[in-house]
Amino acid sequence: MRTRDLVVVGGGPAGMAAALAARDAGVRDILLLERDQHLGGILNQCIHPGFGLHRFKAELTGPEYADRFAKMTAAAPEIEVSLRSFVVGLTPERRVSYLKPGALEEVRARAVIMATGCRERTREMIPIPGTRPAGVYPAGLAQKMVNMEGWIPGREAVVIGSGDIGLIMARRMALEGVKVRAVIEIQDKTRGLVRNVVQCLEDFGIPLYMRHKVAAIRGRDRVEAVDVVRVDDKFAAVPGSGFTISCDTVLVSVGLIPENELLEAAGAAIDPRTNGPVSAELNGTSIPGVFACGNSFKVYDLVDWVSRDSELAGRAAAAYLAGGAR
Amino acid sequence: MKRTMTCIECPRGCALEVTLENEWKVSAVAGHQCPRGEKYARQEVESPMRTLTTCVLTRGLELRMLPVRTSGPIPKGRLPDAMAAVKRIVVGTPVETGQAVAKDFLGLGVDLLAARPLGPAAGSPAN
Repeated sequence: MRTRDLVVVGGGPAGMAAALAARDAGVRDILLLERDQHLGGILNQCIHPGFGLHRFKAELTGPEYADRFAKMTAAAPEIEVSLRSFVVGLTPERRVSYLKPGALEEVRARAVIMATGCRERTREMIPIPGTRPAGVYPAGLAQKMVNMEGWIPGREAVVIGSGDIGLIMARRMALEGVKVRAVIEIQDKTRGLVRNVVQCLEDFGIPLYMRHKVAAIRGRDRVEAVDVVRVDDKFAAVPGSGFTISCDTVLVSVGLIPENELLEAAGAAIDPRTNGPVSAELNGTSIPGVFACGNSFKVYDLVDWVSRDSELAGRAAAAYLAGGAR
Repeated sequence: MKRTMTCIECPRGCALEVTLENEWKVSAVAGHQCPRGEKYARQEVESPMRTLTTCVLTRGLELRMLPVRTSGPIPKGRLPDAMAAVKRIVVGTPVETGQAVAKDFLGLGVDLLAARPLGPAAGSPAN
């Protein structure tokens, strides 16, 4: 089995920044594994502007931000990029196994950086009573459908949750001609950036119901309506406040969960509340020589900070290797 | 006359207090933490502008959709026309980031730019 100095799992903004920083800190043998056919990760579907104001002093779209890092990564001979490479195993001895088209590969790493990002919380993880019709999508999945596949998921939509993904998808759907009936937020303030409330909702006349929740999703085969109700300080429904919004699509934007099942399988301590690795310091894990960065370490709201902090992971891995790791 | 608005120039989202001379003219701006805020407030009152980002259909390229952006902001009221025009574009040759897929888009003085590189689809004849 081949031994590599550093294996980076994930070719999104975190993995690319970590690999480049490790290279800059003197690591000469880096393998970057990415499951998709392109580098860039989730940025590839985030086609809206707002990225890179800190990092590049320019307002870029997600694909443009990703492309800048992808070009730097491709220009680094010390970094071997392996695409369509899906990591399926990690051991405490830092053996990494991954699937490539037609092959199961295994490599031993002197150091590993996990940059595996997040997955979305789903309808099943928050209590929404009602039926189980078609037409209920996690907002990020709908984003991929619209922006990468060109599929519009419905004609009239309600968005649950006012995080940035929900707000941005409300605008995206409205631009594509979908009637976005409402954004429903259980808290008394949005969890997204204020600018997104302005440019995503106000620009398109989309109502934002704060302190409201969806009491039920209705519909037999396809979503037909949602029942909405105002909530009190304890998030309990206020009697008599209910109303119904007809729609055929519900987008659920209720948060992200760091994707750390590989670390967990390797025996690393994972905080059951956040699903992030337990660590006394940024980008650490409980396994020596294994680091984690970006959204798989903690959920960020700006990619600029993902890049910045992931560079620290790259330097930490380089320092670990320079310290005589075997 | 006063009006409050949130600056959308960057993620900080400054709360602006705009003093208006009349409905279309700003006399003073307060609450901004950088010069872009003042510029935004004046523009937003006089003629609101937005950068459009969306996707266009491709043919024979490695992804089905190509993300695109306008090279600069366009009048907010023209966004629906712009979306309708985007639907009539199909990109069939490989592109580089920043390459124009439509020049002087809708006569608005901005180009529609590819926001990522796209090569030919695997197995397709060389374009």
